[in-house]
This record gives sequence, structure tokens and C-alpha cells, in this order.
Amino acid sequence: MVSTRSVEVSVGLFMVAAVLAFTLLAFKVSGLTLDGARATYRLTAKFDNVADLRSRAKVSVSGVEVGRVVRVGLDPVTLRAQVDMEIYEDIGFFPEDTIAAIQTAGLLGDKFISLSAGGAMEELHDGDEITDTQSALVLEDLIGKVVANFGGK
Amino acid sequence: MLDRLQAVGRYGLDFFESVGRATLFLARILCAVPRPRQAFPLLLRQMFNVGLLSLLIIVVSGLFIGMVMALQGYSNLARFGTTDALGTLVALSMLRELGPVVTGLLFAGRAGSAITAEIGLMRATEQLSSLEMIGVDPIRRVVSPRFWAGFYSMPMLALIFNTVAIYGGAWISIDLLGVDGGSYWTNTIEAVSFSQDVVNGVIKSFVFGALAAWIAVYQGYDADPNPQGIASATTRTVVYSSLAILGLDLILTAIMFGDF
Repeated sequence: MVSTRSVEVSVGLFMVAAVLAFTLLAFKVSGLTLDGARATYRLTAKFDNVADLRSRAKVSVSGVEVGRVVRVGLDPVTLRAQVDMEIYEDIGFFPEDTIAAIQTAGLLGDKFISLSAGGAMEELHDGDEITDTQSALVLEDLIGKVVANFGGK
Repeated sequence: MLDRLQAVGRYGLDFFESVGRATLFLARILCAVPRPRQAFPLLLRQMFNVGLLSLLIIVVSGLFIGMVMALQGYSNLARFGTTDALGTLVALSMLRELGPVVTGLLFAGRAGSAITAEIGLMRATEQLSSLEMIGVDPIRRVVSPRFWAGFYSMPMLALIFNTVAIYGGAWISIDLLGVDGGSYWTNTIEAVSFSQDVVNGVIKSFVFGALAAWIAVYQGYDADPNPQGIASATTRTVVYSSLAILGLDLILTAIMFGDF
């Protein structure tokens, strides 16, 4: 039988090792930050085609992440895809004539939304809609067009 | 024909009887409110037996599974030129599935069988009845510390398993296979979500720990008090725990990660 004292010490070490493992997983592997959730505001945009854009996809400006997509749904009136996104408040507000385009990371990578700011004086605030949108480029459609073009000649 | 029907019926009744007994037994463990002064040293002693003594096999298995995962993933991802995703592959498969499940299986084999054999032998040598005789509740004294030790130890073991596996995989990938360290960790951090992956993995291992510990103490307590009974109870512990962990893992995965 191991003595009570060494049992206590070794179980203590075991606990410390587990807590250490948890901290490593939290901060080094999953990149958790203690800043808390960044304050956000919500913008929406309607697209003709979102391809396979998903919630939690990146929203970026010039390649810099400024927010996340929170919901991809269908607008019941216009029957177009409606994308809700949360933009980090510390980024600031975008001009009214901002263009939202769905782009692909690399040739076959994930879809994300790229915003390009315009020059209008009016700003988009929480709940506003980005009216100027560009749909996703669908590779299959593109190939279809090329094939149709060659077929015609 | 009638005999066969009877046999099926008896089998079914036996099954429901043992499920019922096991559930009542669990209820008795949960209702046995511990007295802190006596229960804490007992729990500590069992944490040592159940948790710490399982640590070596957990660490070694974690290290090797992480390293093998990295090697296998590399040879497959290299065909598509996407070896940057190796870190994501190793980390996510460990945190979500392999960590809790493999730790659970090893835990059932290493600690569960020992608990069953110990309690079964206590029963066979009438130590449990003697405890009752001198007015000590065997549930509180013998069963409950082992159950809770399993419940608390499993997540800690799974966390250590995951960490060792992920760092083992990173070592193979970065130092041996030459994957770029920066993109390896950046991709991992990008893909792993704390609330989705790490926390759900911990919840899974709590569930598996409770399950394995419950089956182990019940099988020991319910074992036939003879050498053969203890042997078959120990076997049942390992088989039932493994099956229950694998089955429940599918359900938990469907609930936690099924919607995308």
C-alpha cells in the first residue's frame, strides 16, 4: 500500500497535469482568447446565388477578416438568398455603396464574403442591407459556358 | 418450438432485470451523500488507483496514435498537395473522436476491469457483508469512491491524451516530415473551436467515464461470488463498456457535430 502522503502528492500532480493539458488545448490548439466576444453589428445582403457559403464563413475587406457570416437563409418575399453577417464594431462602419461579393479561397477552397468599400458619405449601421452584391462564381457554370461556346463553333 | 420461445422470453426478462438492477444500483450510488471527512481520502485513494495508474498507458497510446495519425494523414494529403491541413486533421480527430473514445476504451480495459475484479473478490470473500455487519455502508465505503474516481479521472486522462497526441503529431509533421510549422499551427488554431471541439470532447469523456465506471462497479457488485463469476464479470465489464462507449459516441457525435 502506497502511503497516504504520496497518494495525495501524486494525485495532485495528476490534477495539475490535467489542468495544464486543458490550458494548452484551450490557448495553443484552439486559439481561445480572453478578450471576450468582440462587439459586433449586423449587416444583411441578398444574393442571387450563394453556392455553398455557410454560417461562420469569413467576411473580409482586402483580405483582412472583419466579421463572420451568422446565417444563410432565403428571403421569403424576393426568394433570393439572404446572408446575415456580424461585423466587428472596432472595424468601424462601411459606406452605403459598399459591394459584397462571394469569393472562393483558392480554386476549390471555402467560400467567403469580400466587402469593397465605396466612397459614399452615408454609413451602413446595425441592421442595414448591402444592396450592391455579386453572386458566387460557380465553377460548374463556368465550365458549362465554355463547353457550350466550343460546341457552337 | 415452445421451448425456444420460452428461452427467448427468459433471456428478455433477464436482460430487463439486469438493466433495472443496474439502474437502481446507480441511483443508490448517486443518492449516497458522502460525508466529506471520510469520503475525500477514499476518493483520493481511488483517483490514484483508477486515474494515475492509468496515466502511463494513456500517455504512450496518445503519443503513438498522434504520431501515426500524422504519418498516415501526410501520405494521403500529400497526393492533393494539401499537407498544410495536417494539423487540422490530427487536432480535430483527436479532440472530437479519438481522444474521448480511445481513452474510454483503454480506461475500461485498464481501470474498469480492475474495479470489477476488486469488488467481485470483496463480494466472494464476504468482505462486503462484513462491512455491513459492522454498520458500514459498502456503497458509500467501497462502490461510491470508485465510481466518482472514474467519473473525474476520465476527462483528465482524455485531456492529457489529446495534448500528448496533438504535440506528438506536430513533432512528426514539423520536425520529421517537414511541414511548415507556422501554417501547421495557424491552420489548427483556425479550424479548432474551443466551445465546439474542446468542450464537447470534455463532455464526451465525462459521459464515457460515468458509463465505464458504472458498468465496472455494477459488474463487480453483481458478480457471482466464485472465481468463474469474477472472471466472467471482468470480461463483461470490458465488453459492455467498450460497446456502450462506441454506441453512445455515435449518438453524441450526431447531436454535437451532426448539423454540418
